[in-house]
Amino acid sequence: MNFKVSSSPHNRIKRKTSDVMLAVILACIPGILAQVWYFGIGVLVQIALAITAALLTEIICLRQRNRSFMQIKDNSALLTGLLLGICLPPLAPWWIAVIGACFAIVIAKQIYGGLGQNLFNPAMAGYVVLLVSFPLAMTLWLPPLNLIEYSLSAWDMILVIFTGYSDQGYSLAQFRTSLDGITMATPLDAIKTGLSNQQTYQEILQQNIFNHDFGIGWMQVNLAYLLGGLWLLQRKIINWRIPLTFIASLFLLSGICYLASPQSIADPLMQITSGATMFAAFFILTDPVTASTTPKGRIIYALLVASLVFVIRNWGGYPEAVAFAVLLANMCVPLIDYYTKPRTYGHVKG
Amino acid sequence: MDSLIEKIKSGYLWDFPGGVFPPERKKLSNHSPIKQLPLADEYIIPVKQHIGHPANIVVQIGDSVLKGQALTQVQGPMELPVHAPTSGEIIAIEPRISAHPSGLEELAIVLKPDSLDNWCEKSPTPNYFTLSKVELLDKLKQAGISGLGGASFPTYVKQSNSQPIELLIINGVECEPYITADDMLMREHANEIVSGIEIFTHLLQPKLVVIAIENNKPEAIAAIEAACSGKTKFVVRAIPTKYPAGGEKQLIQVITGQEVPSRGITADLGIISQNIGTAYAAYKAIVQGEPLIERVVTVTGEQVNSAQNVWARIGTPVQFLLDNQGYKPLKKPRVIMGGPMMGFALHSLATPVAKMTNCILAPSDKALPAPENEQACIRCGYCADACPASLLPQQLYWHSKAKEYDKAQDYKLFDCIECGACAYVCPSEIPLVQYYRIAKADIKTEQLEHEKAEKAKERFNARNERLEREKQERLDKHQQAAESRKKAMAKDQGAQDKVAAALARVQAKKQAKETPEQQETTNKTAQNVADSAVSQDTSAKATAAAAIARAKAKKAAQAKAEQLAKDTDKTPTTEDSAQAKAKAIAEKIKAKRQAEAQAGSDAPAEPDNAAVKTESDNKDTEQGLTPAQIKAKAIAEKIKAKRQAETQAGSDAPAEADTVAGKTESDNKDTEQGLTPAQIKAKAIADKIKAKRQAEAQTGSDVPADPDNAAGKTESDNKDTEQSLTPAQIKAKAIADKIKAKRQAEAQAGSNEQAEPENLANQTETASPKNEPEPSAATDVKSTETAENELTEAEIRQQRVKAAIAKAKAKKQALGDK
Ligand code: SF4
Ligand code: SF4
Repeated sequence: MNFKVSSSPHNRIKRKTSDVMLAVILACIPGILAQVWYFGIGVLVQIALAITAALLTEIICLRQRNRSFMQIKDNSALLTGLLLGICLPPLAPWWIAVIGACFAIVIAKQIYGGLGQNLFNPAMAGYVVLLVSFPLAMTLWLPPLNLIEYSLSAWDMILVIFTGYSDQGYSLAQFRTSLDGITMATPLDAIKTGLSNQQTYQEILQQNIFNHDFGIGWMQVNLAYLLGGLWLLQRKIINWRIPLTFIASLFLLSGICYLASPQSIADPLMQITSGATMFAAFFILTDPVTASTTPKGRIIYALLVASLVFVIRNWGGYPEAVAFAVLLANMCVPLIDYYTKPRTYGHVKG
Repeated sequence: MDSLIEKIKSGYLWDFPGGVFPPERKKLSNHSPIKQLPLADEYIIPVKQHIGHPANIVVQIGDSVLKGQALTQVQGPMELPVHAPTSGEIIAIEPRISAHPSGLEELAIVLKPDSLDNWCEKSPTPNYFTLSKVELLDKLKQAGISGLGGASFPTYVKQSNSQPIELLIINGVECEPYITADDMLMREHANEIVSGIEIFTHLLQPKLVVIAIENNKPEAIAAIEAACSGKTKFVVRAIPTKYPAGGEKQLIQVITGQEVPSRGITADLGIISQNIGTAYAAYKAIVQGEPLIERVVTVTGEQVNSAQNVWARIGTPVQFLLDNQGYKPLKKPRVIMGGPMMGFALHSLATPVAKMTNCILAPSDKALPAPENEQACIRCGYCADACPASLLPQQLYWHSKAKEYDKAQDYKLFDCIECGACAYVCPSEIPLVQYYRIAKADIKTEQLEHEKAEKAKERFNARNERLEREKQERLDKHQQAAESRKKAMAKDQGAQDKVAAALARVQAKKQAKETPEQQETTNKTAQNVADSAVSQDTSAKATAAAAIARAKAKKAAQAKAEQLAKDTDKTPTTEDSAQAKAKAIAEKIKAKRQAEAQAGSDAPAEPDNAAVKTESDNKDTEQGLTPAQIKAKAIAEKIKAKRQAETQAGSDAPAEADTVAGKTESDNKDTEQGLTPAQIKAKAIADKIKAKRQAEAQTGSDVPADPDNAAGKTESDNKDTEQSLTPAQIKAKAIADKIKAKRQAEAQAGSNEQAEPENLANQTETASPKNEPEPSAATDVKSTETAENELTEAEIRQQRVKAAIAKAKAKKQALGDK
């Protein structure tokens, strides 16, 4: 008889890499739904574009590198596309998503050697390249649908994405003008713009957008991502250290600054429930490949990202701080990992 | 420690980091009682089943043994005996597949039961507390008890620890899925187990005994608690179910919160842990006087109809156990010895149950899916979260895979307990533990090689020095010799007469005794003898050899001249023989010259290595073994003896030919050292080939193997095939073989005495030292005497050689036997 001989252990948990990726993808769904609710079908279009581009690029890359393209089944490219798509402004032109996804897969991932080898979070790398290359298109966040002067159907959105003009011939720039006649990015953008216009934080909050669904909308999107994240925690797909540390330290940092100078900074709750905070905490920072893997390292890593986010948000040139912060922290991960080796059983500290 | 003991008593439990929760599947086998099995057709008892060294086999093929009779006898440290699992006949002692992950064969004693199952005489000591500690430990040793939890560490060694022991932990955790052997044993034999623990406490005198059982075994906990009632020193502690809580280090962490220092032992903490099964075995051994010949084995898995625990005798083939419980093999069968986390897959169902075997698992492919494709590591860190030793399995994996072993060791590779928790959780299905095992093995070999290289370097340097020195001495001597020769030549013609006389003697004898055909053989033999002599010429003997060779060359030249003269008035037959002889001598001269040349050149005398290297190699591989040391000494003695014999004999050729045989013998002896037979065989053959090649290369002639070599080879071949015999038997047989080989050689040589350079020990008697003629002027006078007289003298001389050889051999054997 020919015996099957393999090395121990002989049983394995049934959760495969593809399952892990899939779980993360599923956990994004509440957040995506919330985003669609507030920003329209454009969100989905962007996600679909990014995913398609990512998958196709991945297949081509695997082919080029003589790997079986069945590796696509590990769902990692799918996840990268999804995460990038989520970050894109809903009405950004179609090629934005495609360029971003291609960059994420080719440059940020495959060139480093594919899954598991990349130093930078591919989705964030793609996003940053877009942000730097096409700053205007990348800050085209619309106000929530109900605040737009012109009604915007799903068809209009798709037309805008692919052609730049809606059915009635309105351009994107026109859509962005809200009731109040201000051009808006995200609430944090608005605050920042307001602050730079010598308004106090409290004055800014008096503006229409914050009283209506706008601020609430972002908050709810964030809460939806929090929900998905908690589910991942409960399933033990992700470790609690990174998200908890990130949210807590961001809250504390802004809290301290807010207490010191309540006029000039957004309040802590606002900080952690707007922008990409929750999404970043549970879906970006926890990317296994590019985050720290030691218990202590994870805390340091999350702390580092939180500080960078806080600094860039409040004093930096770009409104969306998470991507930059994550990439900067990614660079430090090997170092962090090296210096945070846990104390092995039976060894004295040191 | 006292406050700690108080804390432990209060019921406080610690936790260990990481850990996993694989499906337990213990329900399969913990419903029915432990079953008694009928006798199997044969039992295969591996000689070594524990960590340490095998003991000496004391039975022979054909012996009848009784149940419980010791089959091996302990002689050194870290040895443990094995016992007959039932009464019957020893039908083989040979390498068989053993219970080892490699699936390699190891020396085993095969027993055919006589179905009577008769016990040998037992010596129960229920009142063991009257015995001294030493006596009690000896009893544990003689009963062959080693840790039954899986590590198989000799229990008596663990128990004889000299450090003060505060805490004795009895491990009934059994955290591996599927296995219920300890569980069932505790349920059915709680009182015996507690009695066994009392033996340990008597030996160690700990302040507290904690019996740790995972909380998924309520029945076992209840049974042990009942058995412990009233014993104040005993605490039964239910610990949370988490793999690998049953690992010794993890269990100590759970019970005491302390960690065993890396590379330390538990006794450093004042703690000793023993398995439940070991306690039971100790009870059996001491109180009932029954050695360890059976244990509880869980036969389980989805492919087994009635999964159950059985009393399996040590040596029972796995096939028998499975068949008894109704085994449905899969298309590609997979049977695991041990649990699914740390057990190993068997290569064959002929594998016997060993002392550490706690489970035979035949899982379905669904329950324990075979590993699929290994994917890239996604750095998820699940492995680090699961590792109970707080290692970074992922980094270990990267570095092990890249063979960056320094870095792997930086990440504490050797603190990995190979529990498999990391590989269990890895979503990319990377066989992490396998990578670690390979890395560990590689590092160990590397270290060994490094040590060896260091030693070789030392040896090389020492030899270089020696060679340099000898060269100098040789040069000096050469000059001296040349001068003295000149003087002597001028003074005395006697020396020449002497040489001529010797040659005449030899020739006369040959002519008297030989037919042409015989002579041819003889010549061949002589030639071969010379060849082997050359091949054996060690650099140590270089000086001597050079001198001898010179003398010989001279001799030969003279002989040739003489022959030429004689040839003219000889019959055709003698002419043939004379020619043949001339050729032989020519060969000899050539060989000698080469030897000389080589000895003279620095080329680190490779020929010498043939012998010396082989021997030293052997020594290297057997470091630390006491028998090996003895052997090494024996070899040294042998060499010395040989040298003496040589010098005594005056003619180095026959004696050295003997060394060839002697060396082969020494190789063979190695094979008797109880190493893995396959290895030994390979080595022996390699050595043999090497030695032969070198011999051949050196002589520069492609001489057919001489009879003596042939004999030696036959011997070694025979011995190789007789691994299963006891050393005594092997030896006996070897001698028989040697005689046989000798006879053949003799026959070949046409019963010529000279063709037989070595002889048997009993012939020593015929050699009386009185008859030894002195190579003095008297001999010179004799040179003119009749051929017949010369013959006797030649014979005497031969006998002297033989005597010397025999003496050397006797000594060698005596030493070897030690
Ligand atoms: S569990 Fe496997 S995939 Fe995850 S980090 Fe460890 S080795 Fe890599
Ligand atoms: S096998 Fe080694 S590295 Fe893996 S979990 Fe166990 S101790 Fe840690």
